[in-house]
Amino acid sequence: MPTNFEVNGKPVSVNVEARMTLADCLRHHLRLTGTHVGCEHGVCGACTVIVDGYAVRSCLMLTAQAEGTKVVTVEGLSNDEALTPLQASFRKHHALQCGFCTPGMITTAHALLSEEPDCDADRVREVLSGNLCRCTGYISIVEAVLDARSAYKKP
Amino acid sequence: MKNAFIGSPIERREDLRFLRGRGEYLDDLLPDGLVYAVILRSSVAHGRIVAIDTAAALKIPGVHAVITAKDMPPTPPIVPMRLQPLPEFKPFEQPVIAHDKVRYVGEPMAVVIADSVAIGEDALDVIEVQIESLPAVADWHVAHEDKSLLFEGAGTNRSLTFNAVRGDADAAFKNAPYVRRETLRTGRHYGLTMEPRGVMAEWDAANGRLTVSGAAKVPFFNRRILAKQIGLAEDSIEMIENDVGGGFGARGEFYPEDFLIPFAARHLNRPVKWTEDRRENLMAMNHARQAEVDVEIACERDGTIIALRGHAHVDMGAYMRTNGAVGARNIAQFMAGPYRIPDVKLDVSLWMTNKTPVGTYRGPGRFETDFFRERLFDIVAEDLRLDRVEFRRKNLIALAEMPYQIATISPYVHEDAYDSGDYRQTLDRCLKEANWTEKAKLQGALVDGRYHGLAVGCFIEGGAAGPKEMARLEINDDGSISVYMGSSAVGQGVETVFAQIAADALEIPMDRIKWVHHGSTAYVSDGYGAYHSRSIVMGGSALLDAANNFKAALGEEAAKRLGCNASDIALGEDKVIGPGGKSLPLSDFAGLTREGAFLNKKHTYSYGAQVAHVAVDPKTGHVALIDYVVVQDAGRIINPLTLKGQVIGSLVQGLGGAFLEDLVYDAEGQLLTGSLADYLLPTASDFPNLRAFVMDEHPSPINPLGAKGAGEGGMVGAGGVIANAVASALQSFKPDLRELPLTPTRVWEMAQKR
Repeated sequence: MPTNFEVNGKPVSVNVEARMTLADCLRHHLRLTGTHVGCEHGVCGACTVIVDGYAVRSCLMLTAQAEGTKVVTVEGLSNDEALTPLQASFRKHHALQCGFCTPGMITTAHALLSEEPDCDADRVREVLSGNLCRCTGYISIVEAVLDARSAYKKP
Repeated sequence: MKNAFIGSPIERREDLRFLRGRGEYLDDLLPDGLVYAVILRSSVAHGRIVAIDTAAALKIPGVHAVITAKDMPPTPPIVPMRLQPLPEFKPFEQPVIAHDKVRYVGEPMAVVIADSVAIGEDALDVIEVQIESLPAVADWHVAHEDKSLLFEGAGTNRSLTFNAVRGDADAAFKNAPYVRRETLRTGRHYGLTMEPRGVMAEWDAANGRLTVSGAAKVPFFNRRILAKQIGLAEDSIEMIENDVGGGFGARGEFYPEDFLIPFAARHLNRPVKWTEDRRENLMAMNHARQAEVDVEIACERDGTIIALRGHAHVDMGAYMRTNGAVGARNIAQFMAGPYRIPDVKLDVSLWMTNKTPVGTYRGPGRFETDFFRERLFDIVAEDLRLDRVEFRRKNLIALAEMPYQIATISPYVHEDAYDSGDYRQTLDRCLKEANWTEKAKLQGALVDGRYHGLAVGCFIEGGAAGPKEMARLEINDDGSISVYMGSSAVGQGVETVFAQIAADALEIPMDRIKWVHHGSTAYVSDGYGAYHSRSIVMGGSALLDAANNFKAALGEEAAKRLGCNASDIALGEDKVIGPGGKSLPLSDFAGLTREGAFLNKKHTYSYGAQVAHVAVDPKTGHVALIDYVVVQDAGRIINPLTLKGQVIGSLVQGLGGAFLEDLVYDAEGQLLTGSLADYLLPTASDFPNLRAFVMDEHPSPINPLGAKGAGEGGMVGAGGVIANAVASALQSFKPDLRELPLTPTRVWEMAQKR
């Protein structure tokens, strides 16, 4: 099924089976393996990508549904030179251990802070409660997101 | 040593790739010609296989093969025990694929190899399986009747009974002034990793070599098993560790798939990859924890503990495999925990049931046994009208009693002693940090519709399993240094902490340690992996030995080239310096390498205390965690940032076990909690108020670093402390709290009757 959309600022055209999820398309066809698949039933949040500004579970979205959208993955929130302020804050607060849930945490937090740079701790916890982490116990992740808010505030 | 990287909160080097989505996990690998394996699993808990018809599946375009037990004549290989390989367990070991009977829902029966996972799953749907059902053995009570036997040849569902003995408990009970007996139970949990398991195998037919990716935890052990099963020399197999999305004891053990996928790759002469889906993971990865104990304690009226005796029963699931006996053994050996109990006699029976087999899960046996003990202690303190803190302080093993000999386990005799520590110091620090004296006034108080409760518990955590670990240092072409470790990474940050240890040992900046390689069988001559909180103690100590050997060899080589004595050579940042300022760049010595080892049979015991303050809503059964403090002494702290990460991370897993997690089966042996919507994990909004304090007042005397394993302690104490806090909060209801997890339903029920 031919589908055209944008990934990390670049137009892509894919022709995949109708049953293929966006997660599998990103990982296996576009080889953007930063997006991880942890449950395939929309609970764990590891596969979260940003679609037209919204944090979305790419395991619950079919590739065909991405037609005409702008998709951003963890690779699109990264650069070669240095960590972004959000990533640096995760590192500073030791907000990751095995790293498997981390891309989903980064995309979810980025979508939140882009919309609500003044959110409080309760709001951060509420939004991140859709992303499971088995290593950190979340305390450090919440601290990292709160600490990164200043980078998202408009001057 | 001049450097002080050890002890500093160094930010992790592995984060740089993980944060940018540049980690490389097993499922990210996509070699040319790859085909995919999917596994047909039994939907029946107990039955005899009559027929498996694969004809229709083989007709589907894109299906390359369907492998069953018939492809492994005369019978499939067995998954052996890695730890406690007792002859008693032999009749209960698992074939890599079911051939005569199925014994749990999720047991592999056939492997489909296809061009895609989707095609493979289509094929699973058309494989016709006939199974003659047998009565399911749903729990240890049913197993105990020995009416329906999982292994007819064994004649019993009981694979073993461990005995833990110290002194003479029966004699001590005879004249005891106070005795209390209780039955307590824990739920069934598992070490759910966020990355599901996976294996990829590539067969090089020309050279007879097998490469297996997705290795974790114990790659050298697993290579030994695979080599024997598949009939290859060990050095014809390379096990490769990729980035690993969580271990927790469960990932990296040798599972049936660790044979089936390499077998399929060789069978088809193509690279084959299998990645587990979450439903499979819930029914195929090792389960853990489910135990029941009938335990009795004897005390003086002043609260001095005299003796402990009892019998625990562990629900082992369908097979004894790899490390499955560890949890049961630990329940017996560590029920006394950090307390002085002169006479102990505990039996633990291991019962085979029609459930997923059991293996270790972080703090194996310890979470269960700490709940049994600490809950019992609060019941006793209440009976004897003693302050629960003083009861514990009085009975804690004192500094002067170290090393302290604990109960000896048999069979597979295991004697052990706590190595060092001042247990009262961590208790006092924990009470202070938690503001216990002030807050204790809230015990049982109803404030704004919620009952408040506090509890305290003390724990020990074993670490540093021997017998050995290895490390190697090598000079790279650019003069930087690479570290190669026999230890494995499961997300705990070993690349960073080993770089800290190596840089301090060589007295060079950390960035000169360019790479820390770990977990693959090609890096060192032998390796023992990551379990029992052993990596820093065993790997770190091996690294110190490697550094000494490396410096000596470099000194000799440099002395030759500079025409001086080795003792005159100093190691600079990127060069060796001889007398009179003559120097040579390290890049001149590229390839120079030396291995080191650490041999050790003793264990480290880190220790600490935990305090919980909860508020219970009697209308909903919800328990809010107002505050939770863990204090842990780890002997010597290598990196306080990662250590605190381990304490809080393991604590939250323990809280999951105390409140949420339970693998529930029905009487037919069907798993009722087969998704993450049913098997509940803690989320970011559940436990926001957790605090960890780490100390290193009492180094371990058994290793040159002085370090102690400390990746599990937060979890070990959580069940008992939470149970006692909830019981305290609901004390006016006289709650019958003898079972975990404390689901909202259970808590609500306790708050209804007075």
